[in-house]
Amino acid sequence: MHFTLRIWRQSGPQAAGRLERYEIDDINPDMSILEMLDLLNEQLTRDGVEPVAFDNDCREGICGTCGLVIDGVAHGKKHLATTCELRMRGFVDGTTITIEPWRAQAFSVVKDLVVDRSPFDRIIAAGGYVSANVGSAPDANEILIPKVDADLAMDAAVCIGCAACVAACPNASASLFTAAKIAQFSYLPQGQTERERRVVRMVEQMDAEGFGDCSNHGECEAVCPKGISITNIGVMRREYVRALTGQLR
Amino acid sequence: MSLDQPNTALDPRCPSGPLAERWTKHLSEIKLVAPANKRKHTIIVVGTGLAGGSAAATLAELGYNVINLCIQDSPRRAHSVAAQGGINAAKNYQNDGDSVWRLFYDTIKGGDFRSRESNVHRLAEVSTEIIDQCVAQGVPFAREYGGTLANRSFGGVQVSRTFYARGQTGQQLLLGCYSGLMRQVDAGRVTLLPRREMLELVLVDGKARGIVARNLITGELERYAGDAVLLATGGYATAYYLSTMAVNSNASAVWRCYKKGAFFGNPSLTQIHPTAVPQLGDYQSKLTLMSESLRNDGRVWVPMQPGDKRRPNDIPEAERDYYLERIYPSFGNLVPRDIASRQALYRVREGKGVGPTGVAVYLDFKEAIGRLGRQVVTDRYGNLFQMYEEIIGDDPYETPMMIYPAPHYTMGGLWVDYNLMSTIPGLHVLGEANFSDHGANRLGASALMQGLADGYFVAPNTVGHYIASVDLPKVGTDHPAFAAAEREVNARVTKLLSIQGNRTVREFWWDIGRVMWDQVGMSRSEAGLKEAIDTIQGLKARFWEDVRVPGSADDFNKSLELAGRVADFFELGELMARDALARRESCGGHFREECQTPEGEALRDDANFAHVAAWEYRGDDTEPARHIEPLDFEFVELKTRSYK
Ligand SMILES: Cc1cc2nc3c(=O)[nH]c(=O)nc-3n(C[C@H](O)[C@H](O)[C@H](O)COP(=O)(O)OP(=O)(O)OC[C@H]3O[C@@H](n4cnc5c(N)ncnc54)[C@H](O)[C@@H]3O)c2cc1C
Ligand code: FES
Repeated sequence: MHFTLRIWRQSGPQAAGRLERYEIDDINPDMSILEMLDLLNEQLTRDGVEPVAFDNDCREGICGTCGLVIDGVAHGKKHLATTCELRMRGFVDGTTITIEPWRAQAFSVVKDLVVDRSPFDRIIAAGGYVSANVGSAPDANEILIPKVDADLAMDAAVCIGCAACVAACPNASASLFTAAKIAQFSYLPQGQTERERRVVRMVEQMDAEGFGDCSNHGECEAVCPKGISITNIGVMRREYVRALTGQLR
Repeated sequence: MSLDQPNTALDPRCPSGPLAERWTKHLSEIKLVAPANKRKHTIIVVGTGLAGGSAAATLAELGYNVINLCIQDSPRRAHSVAAQGGINAAKNYQNDGDSVWRLFYDTIKGGDFRSRESNVHRLAEVSTEIIDQCVAQGVPFAREYGGTLANRSFGGVQVSRTFYARGQTGQQLLLGCYSGLMRQVDAGRVTLLPRREMLELVLVDGKARGIVARNLITGELERYAGDAVLLATGGYATAYYLSTMAVNSNASAVWRCYKKGAFFGNPSLTQIHPTAVPQLGDYQSKLTLMSESLRNDGRVWVPMQPGDKRRPNDIPEAERDYYLERIYPSFGNLVPRDIASRQALYRVREGKGVGPTGVAVYLDFKEAIGRLGRQVVTDRYGNLFQMYEEIIGDDPYETPMMIYPAPHYTMGGLWVDYNLMSTIPGLHVLGEANFSDHGANRLGASALMQGLADGYFVAPNTVGHYIASVDLPKVGTDHPAFAAAEREVNARVTKLLSIQGNRTVREFWWDIGRVMWDQVGMSRSEAGLKEAIDTIQGLKARFWEDVRVPGSADDFNKSLELAGRVADFFELGELMARDALARRESCGGHFREECQTPEGEALRDDANFAHVAAWEYRGDDTEPARHIEPLDFEFVELKTRSYK
């Protein structure tokens, strides 16, 4: 297969960026898109051009490190897949593919396609945990959790923190990410004690990082590689209002 | 021997007495740091996987000042996240006869009697507390309708002791661990430093007192000083180029420490996992694991006739060889990983391999779908089937999966004593980065257990013991040892960038991987290993003359990062080959062609090799020295593994 690639190049956070064109040949349809970028980088290195910087690690859809906007869609058009899971057989031979970084006010570009997602870590630090010191835990089966609740919690917990939800949202909101963590704990008995403080602090941190508000576009759910439901945002709102009005007590 | 001297005698420092009482006894005897003094001590933890993240969080809970680094942009992305199958614990919730002793025994036996009894027993003991801790954190493990925890049986054992969270157990455990870590970051007790790569260890008066790390965004070299250094940097199967590890997995941190005097334990002991998606082409960067839990219900087979090119569904039952069930009637498809992998290799060598490359075997779910129904199979393996279909483009509900072994886990690692301290005072090594608990072969679902055992329960106690036992005068980053370490890093980086040769880093990585896979892989011979050492030395020389690393040192530069890691793979690869050559026996994942029974089973040599080999670096131009730590088996009888 042959492709024309238009790739965002930007040397640093303050530098101006631009789309550069590259031609690439001999692409095997079974290759992943990141393997194609590896090949491109081999080619650029041999030609004395600086390779394209992009983030990736596990290359199997679980670590959440990769993330590219491909032809305008976060993680590309394929449903329920991360960038590293996209195979070239899903693209039309001979076409042009445009590749850009996540764009959001809260995420600055580190270089080329790499962005700074540290705001996500700070949102978790603000309360995305159960305060349980090592040594103080009761026997695991003393906490009985109905299977339905465990499953609901797991549905929210599978978030990989890739931030595609932010990249896809017209408001660059981090609501789906934040809500998934809040919802996970709201379904579990372990999460009850800190329920109020958690939701208030996490929501405040999300706002402080410069993420936009959620206005129910639903783009986040559409691009989420793990299929995390937008209903979690409803849970977050409910938890937040109840916390502010003291109804969780 | 005193804790502030290099432990070159390899004293394991195990407690004595009845096995089941050793850890408790040790805990009651080790020294403690007074609560008010803990915050005066800084501990550097390298790595945020299950081992590093849990250690950093727990040390901070205890009151220490912790510095925690990782390569990824967030601690939540360490490669522990990719573990699928589950985590073992001797809870005996299923009432099927499990116990701490049985988990201990299975782990020792699974490791082919090449691990320390005291360590492994402790691991089995604390396994139960790990599950308690994870549940308390809100890890959403699979549950039964009554609300209790669910278990499954996993690779090579006859009880159901594996806890799991769908096919994402590693992710959920890591996120639990990460949440505890971020709580300590929030409390100001952990300084979190993502996108940093440790590139040098700093020794002061022979003790580990700090590190030099490269800031991967700016390229700046940064110095960190502390009272102890904990390495939890994961495995190094990326030396094989293609493996199930993450692209950034590497050996550089352990390798720098080896060159600073830490002995390297059993470097050649690598686990080749039997169920990965086979390689499709040379461009490939990594292999995807299909969880071993698939072998609970899938049946492994190849055509009986070599070269049979028919589609799998066109091959009648009578012409299929379900070879694991045939050769190992009592364990069948659940034989340990090394056996399953080697048998796949033999089938391929007999010309019975399947798929477009002929380098794969089938894993068939037809019988399971018939027995359990499609829904149950979907519940158990749905996400794995989906993953497979994405990669190969075939539907495993209809057509048998193709699988083939892939390098997956490194049992070898820096040598550590019972306290997880390396031969360098103050340098502790946790998780996959140490050599400790899995002997010559790791049982499924036991690496997650070991990582969390080391980080939550062992190191937080033993590191305190070290700090309380030795004299640690204050050392700042202005100490000359830091400047010297920084100069070493700078020299390497400058050298890598100055060569500007003709071959890319990836081409060299591919070359070393090929040698490692062919000659230091599943089946090793004296001639092959000797040839590998020569080839690797040649490659290394060529690398330092002809590599081309683009970009600059003071920038985000992935090629430079990779170049440093690949440079280390040449040296490590050579040591792995030397270790494999010196171990003239077959044990666990290490199979020497010269050492097998007439039926082709591994032939262990307990008279000569019931020991750990620990290698000492003696200079780039001098051969490393091989030392041994004898393994005394006081409680178990050495038996030949038989899964027939
Ligand atoms: C695909 C796959 C599936 C698996 N499934 C299972 C399973 O089901 N059950 C099981 O028990 N085990 C499983 N394992 C094995 C298990 O996941 C690992 O052995 C374990 O998670 C390793 O944890 P760790 O904390 O030692 O290292 P890792 O999780 O690999 O973490 C290493 C950390 O060190 C950091 N690091 C490395 N080098 C440096 C450096 N120089 N400077 C700074 N930081 C550095 C990294 O950034 C990372 O944070 C699986 C492994 C793989 C690859
Ligand atoms: S690289 Fe890990 S999710 Fe894509």
